[in-house]
Amino acid sequence: MSGIIQVKNVSKSYWRDSIETSVLHDISLDIKEGEFTALMGPSGSGKTTLLNLISGIDKPSKGEIIINGADISKLSESALAKWRSTNIGFVFQFYNLIPVLTAFENVELPILLTKLSKAERKQHVETALNIVGLNDRMDHYPKQLSGGQEQRVAIARAIVTDPVILVADEPTGDLDKHSADEILLLMERLNKEFNKTIVMVTHDPHAASKAHVIRHLEKGDLIQETV
Amino acid sequence: MKIPLKYIMRNFMTRKLTTFITIAGIALVVFVFTAVLMMAFGIQKTLVSTGSDDNVMITRKAANSEISSIIGPDIQNIIRTLPHIATESNGNLIISNEPVVIINLVKNGGGVSNVTVRGVSPEIDKLRPQVKLIEGRMFNWGLRELIVGDAIAKRFPGAQLGSYIKFAGGDWKIVGIFTTNGSGFDSEIWGDAVQLQSAFNRVSTVSTVTLKLDNPENYDSFRKAFIADRRLQQYEPIIEKKYFAQQSEMLSTFIRVLGIFITLIFSIGATIGATITMYSAVANRTVEIGTLRSLGFNRISILAAFLIESLFITIAGGAVGIFLASFLQFFSISTLNFSSFSELAFSFALSPTIIVWSLIFAIAMGFIGGFLPSIRAARMNIVTALRAG
Repeated sequence: MSGIIQVKNVSKSYWRDSIETSVLHDISLDIKEGEFTALMGPSGSGKTTLLNLISGIDKPSKGEIIINGADISKLSESALAKWRSTNIGFVFQFYNLIPVLTAFENVELPILLTKLSKAERKQHVETALNIVGLNDRMDHYPKQLSGGQEQRVAIARAIVTDPVILVADEPTGDLDKHSADEILLLMERLNKEFNKTIVMVTHDPHAASKAHVIRHLEKGDLIQETV
Repeated sequence: MKIPLKYIMRNFMTRKLTTFITIAGIALVVFVFTAVLMMAFGIQKTLVSTGSDDNVMITRKAANSEISSIIGPDIQNIIRTLPHIATESNGNLIISNEPVVIINLVKNGGGVSNVTVRGVSPEIDKLRPQVKLIEGRMFNWGLRELIVGDAIAKRFPGAQLGSYIKFAGGDWKIVGIFTTNGSGFDSEIWGDAVQLQSAFNRVSTVSTVTLKLDNPENYDSFRKAFIADRRLQQYEPIIEKKYFAQQSEMLSTFIRVLGIFITLIFSIGATIGATITMYSAVANRTVEIGTLRSLGFNRISILAAFLIESLFITIAGGAVGIFLASFLQFFSISTLNFSSFSELAFSFALSPTIIVWSLIFAIAMGFIGGFLPSIRAARMNIVTALRAG
């Protein structure tokens, strides 16, 4: 059975001052629905670039990326934006919450792009914040929250549209051990209870140990797959 | 536009100092812009309110002002024979044969300025009932006495009640001060037409003849009779209000064109200020832009959000500028009216049209100033923007 994420012979190069820098070389991989994958590798190995390609915020130079049957590498800019809003939930290393919006308003952002009514949006946001255990912090601004709480709000924002895939770039990289464990526990729960397919970039072997599959990259090549 | 307004509004409030400085700059430019329009409108309003709709003024066709117009006694008599001239209860025609001359008077604080002196006929109180004496009395017919408009009394120390003005080889006593509630007549001095004619050696010629129609609707019929008389072909009848409106055009257009030109130069500075503010807003929020784009907000939403933010700043500045300019309505100033070559006092006047134009001006500055930064925000590459953190 084909995976929900199919990366086929994907290469990615960047041009800077007419010099081509090749970041990924002919990568192919399949990620099954409900799989929790960790992408590991040293800095500059191309793991974040691969994550960006899978999440549709960047396009490959060569090859195809098929998500849930759709070749996203062929989508137009605006179609890709719409696709991201319904299919992908993003978790960033530094949470990337909007500082002028409350926790509730931050979580509500992605569903402003849907046709849901205000009451329905409220229900969705409350459910998402309930899942991450922060329904008592709805009216707090990011600066009034701890790092771990901010990342939980970011996770609530990632799941509020009920996307099939969650992508996380070093989600515990800015947290202390206790908060990092809470976040990993939450991600495991999202994977097990809600069957979210998770692709997580990490340097941390402890974080990676929570994944079903660990894929190692080095200098733009996929060198090892550990199950 | 999917990005919530509260996001835009709260960002607007986070950079208090830069936002305040930009608003102040825009407010200053809009203040000047509004003040210029108010000044031009004030002049128009003053001169338009000078005339009446039911009075007809007759001037020589070639004359472009009252001073350069000459009407001889034969023509004055022919005019009196035309139909539709209103009469008093005693049967006298309501008509004023008016010599108009310019004299020099010393202004408050020094300097000499031209002042219009108008000779009027005894029917003047019926012809221009808006004239109200606020001090003293009406001059006596046949004497060298004058009444002065209140704008003249305020601006010329020599034109006070009881004082004498020297011109045309004689001393003229000021016996009254009148007002017409801000019309151009308030900047004039009036006396007996016959006395002024003889003082200025005008024999029996006057500058203009102004008459009241028995009914304003009879103007066309009056004009038809006027034009039909070949002896009057060098003269032109015009509704008094329209005449003064035309007299205001040159000065108000000059002020408007010059003022708007200067304001446009100022506005370049204010627009650059708005651009810098918005570029710094984009630079400070690069990661936010990347985040919003990755969440699915498209380029147009980002462009609109930053453009609206810029418009908020300039509309706020515009509102402050208009509010401050509105206080100018309490001030009255004077200038030389190009058409009559004499002093004209007027007040700044605000109108809904001026408010709308001032806001459009502010919005234009916001749009131009915010456009390039907004384009930069919208064109930002998501991956590059996210890495900026």
